[in-house]
Amino acid sequence: MPFSLLKYGLSSDYPVDVDLPAPKELKSSYDVVIIGGGGHGLATAYYLAKYHNITNVAVLEKAYLGGGNTARNTAVIRSNYLTPEGVRFYSESVRMFQSLSNEFDYNIMYSERGQLTLAHTDATVRAFRQRAEVNTHFGGRTEMLDRQQIRELVPSLNMDPGHLPVMAGLWHKDGATARHDAVAWGYAKEAAKRGVEIHQLTEVQDLVIEGGKVRAVKTNRGTIQCGCVVQAVAGHSSILAKKAGFTMPIISYPLQAMVTQPFKPFLDPLVSSSALHCYVQQTSRGEVVFGGGSDPYPLYNTRSTLDLKESLIGAALEMFPFLSQARLMRQWAGTTDMTPDYSPIMGLSPVENYYLDAGWGTWGFKATPICGKTMAELVASGGKTPDLIAPFALERFARFRQVNEMGATAASH
Amino acid sequence: MKIMPCPLNGPRNISEFVYGGELTEMPDPDTTSDREWADYVFFSDNTAGVVIEWWMHAASSYWFIAERHTVTDEILRTYDPSERFTQRIDFPMNHSDTVGDRT
Ligand SMILES: Cc1cc2nc3c(=O)[nH]c(=O)nc-3n(C[C@H](O)[C@H](O)[C@H](O)COP(=O)(O)OP(=O)(O)OC[C@H]3O[C@@H](n4cnc5c(N)ncnc54)[C@H](O)[C@@H]3O)c2cc1C
Repeated sequence: MPFSLLKYGLSSDYPVDVDLPAPKELKSSYDVVIIGGGGHGLATAYYLAKYHNITNVAVLEKAYLGGGNTARNTAVIRSNYLTPEGVRFYSESVRMFQSLSNEFDYNIMYSERGQLTLAHTDATVRAFRQRAEVNTHFGGRTEMLDRQQIRELVPSLNMDPGHLPVMAGLWHKDGATARHDAVAWGYAKEAAKRGVEIHQLTEVQDLVIEGGKVRAVKTNRGTIQCGCVVQAVAGHSSILAKKAGFTMPIISYPLQAMVTQPFKPFLDPLVSSSALHCYVQQTSRGEVVFGGGSDPYPLYNTRSTLDLKESLIGAALEMFPFLSQARLMRQWAGTTDMTPDYSPIMGLSPVENYYLDAGWGTWGFKATPICGKTMAELVASGGKTPDLIAPFALERFARFRQVNEMGATAASH
Repeated sequence: MKIMPCPLNGPRNISEFVYGGELTEMPDPDTTSDREWADYVFFSDNTAGVVIEWWMHAASSYWFIAERHTVTDEILRTYDPSERFTQRIDFPMNHSDTVGDRT
């Protein structure tokens, strides 16, 4: 062993950095209470401290940091949505992701691979043309590819899967992936450094609402007063909203994914097919990730099913037949809160100082930075909705002003 | 494989069935407010616990009611809608909508 390593190990500087301070007692009151210590809640806390100097903030997490959908997602980052509102919002998020490692001084392993979505029917080709135009207009890098270009980009792809030959592709150069845990940890570390308190194993069990305002939250560690509350609990949005006294346009479905043993690098871009209900990507560790559509019926349960394994693997093998010998390493699920228009719900709620970050369904990891930034703006201004998220207000449903992203979400996440 | 006990066809693989949504009462479209209608169309209880829902057996197009637990993934009871709906429901037709040939 090199002598310098031994010396370093024994020196008082080791370990160099503590990312999160040790847990403390809860204070009796905070200016802002954020429910949910996933990427979204932590990002909101970070931007509150960074841009608005609001640091009397507690993030309350019932289990462990980033152990919800932040830990379960397949980390597809992209902005090739369909509506101007959607593209504008997600493009800003992609831009923020690009500089996050530098900002944190912590590697989130952001890796810009490009995302290829396959069209197997004329209707999909038409929809892709529209998406390419809308994307380009709002500053994303998205174009159509023909069969020959797809073959060159992904030589290992089967161009004629059974009954669904590939006709064209939507090539989104900004498509990327990142280490999802590191995103949560990076936000947590930087928020804590600025004075935000992060409390794990702290479950919000009830809300004290008086005169149309939230006054306190009741937790398993006691009741704390609050100036306002941000709810960022992904798969539990309806449950908390009910405690605040209102219902949501949300139905919760499990979403499953799986990963194979590692292979040498063979697949650079993220490849997805909505007709086959499947997307495939290779991680930087070499494992191949398979993801697909949600389960067929609502549940608050993250069990795995054989039905889904069969259909997802079937579709993945249509795309990459040589993976038939691959061994599955892990399979898991998360509860995803699906909205009728496949867009999130962000902003005000019927309770005056209770802010919503919900309805993130199967697509919310990519929105973590911009969502945190805009939610922080909303909180700091005492409820003035930033333009970027105004279209995603809960109110849109009562006005029949949905932001329809269903076609651009499907199995691409 | 998850089994759904169909009141008409007996126990079948759940992949033969289609989930049809929470059992809720439809407000009268002619008299309800926009907000109430939006509530009926988009909002849902999304209960973590026992729920009462519509389901359909796809192959036979048979609709029935299931009571299920959304946390434990157990199906507690299934039955024919006639157990709940004892009277015929007539949907009033707006005549201008039904005038024949629109090609
Ligand atoms: C299999 C799968 C694949 C996905 N793939 C993608 C993808 O490729 N790209 C993409 O953009 N998105 C994807 N998503 C969606 C994405 O994971 C989520 O939208 C996103 O992680 C939501 O972040 P969050 O911080 O809001 O939620 P979470 O990380 O779930 O954080 C919410 C936290 O709230 C906590 N909580 C809940 N109730 C309480 C309470 N009462 N008190 C205290 N704490 C509470 C939970 O424990 C949890 O840690 C995928 C999801 C799944 C399940």
